[in-house]
Amino acid sequence: MEIKNAVAGTLESGDILIQIGPAKPGDTGLAVDLESSVAAQFGKQIKELIAGTLKELGIENAVVKATDKGALDCTIRARVTAAAVRSTGKDVWK
Amino acid sequence: MMFVPGNNPGMMADAHIYGPDSIMLDLEDSVTMAEKDAARLLVHNALKSIDYGDTEMVVRINPLNTPYGKKDVEAVVKAGVDVIRMPKTETAEEVKELEEEILKVETELGCIGRTQIMAAIESALGVVNAYAIATASKRMMGIALGAEDYSANLKTNRTPGGAELLMARETIVVAARAAGISCFDTVYSNLDDMETFRKEVELIKTLGFDGKSIINPRQIEVVNEIFAPTAKEIEKSLKIVAAIKEAQAKGSGVIAVNGKMVDKPVVIRAERTIALAIASGIMNKEDVQ
Repeated sequence: MEIKNAVAGTLESGDILIQIGPAKPGDTGLAVDLESSVAAQFGKQIKELIAGTLKELGIENAVVKATDKGALDCTIRARVTAAAVRSTGKDVWK
Repeated sequence: MMFVPGNNPGMMADAHIYGPDSIMLDLEDSVTMAEKDAARLLVHNALKSIDYGDTEMVVRINPLNTPYGKKDVEAVVKAGVDVIRMPKTETAEEVKELEEEILKVETELGCIGRTQIMAAIESALGVVNAYAIATASKRMMGIALGAEDYSANLKTNRTPGGAELLMARETIVVAARAAGISCFDTVYSNLDDMETFRKEVELIKTLGFDGKSIINPRQIEVVNEIFAPTAKEIEKSLKIVAAIKEAQAKGSGVIAVNGKMVDKPVVIRAERTIALAIASGIMNKEDVQ
């Protein structure tokens, strides 16, 4: 699946900004870079949620930069999906 | 009914804390074209994950004749929304078209009949067709006035007294009552003028509306205060309901409370008073025997 650079979300409180792009040449897998004020407590779970959401959408190789502003899990899932849809052009609705 | 922009996750997460009777997540006017896809996903995931308790969840979708409307229907029905609010409704056929779209998704999910419809009437044609719209589908739970678009369509402006909206408001209430569904008034968007807001809520209560659309939690208290019945009204209503139950148990149809005959319209008003008292939070369901 071709991955293009795409962005979804905002830097407002309660939101998360997701920037997605193709994996670097020679690299495989999902590289998630997270910036969050709660990274120490929840960083692992947030990264797993981002990677899990992308895998469900069939994206196995990509670079993701996530800037979290206290987003709930449902918001993270929605923003990652929006970024993925914009990146691949493959919508989740009929 | 509190309006919440569908692309603001912070507001969506906190909206129910303020205790509105219903929350309307908006995918239409408050969301830019470029963010329609992201807002749809946000609303879908919020409805699936956030515990809104007893709050009725409404989503205002984009019109079906836009590239967004049908996807909005799929997303919110799949997330289990209570009510879809259809914007700018002008004919019964538009309601039927929405009903068909809902049915397609519900059939796929195996939950036919779960989603209700509220139609927003926002034009002169919509007002003229109010009763046909209100009776267009068994899913119709209410009709609502959208005054900003309506005043623009009438080629006038909104005024503090609301003279320009009077006919539309009365038509909507009459159509809703004739159809046996609910009716909701439009928003008042000047948050700095709470006095005019209060007068507007008093007016629409007198006209017979079931509730008011609001844009800020600050407006909830005023609406509840005005719609809440007085202690005397509640006491009288409880007596009437208790007396009618007793009469029914004895097989008698007509009763008197405090020397006055109580017939069906009086009982209906008493039951509505009690329902409003519960909805306003001044009485608990358990208080009704």
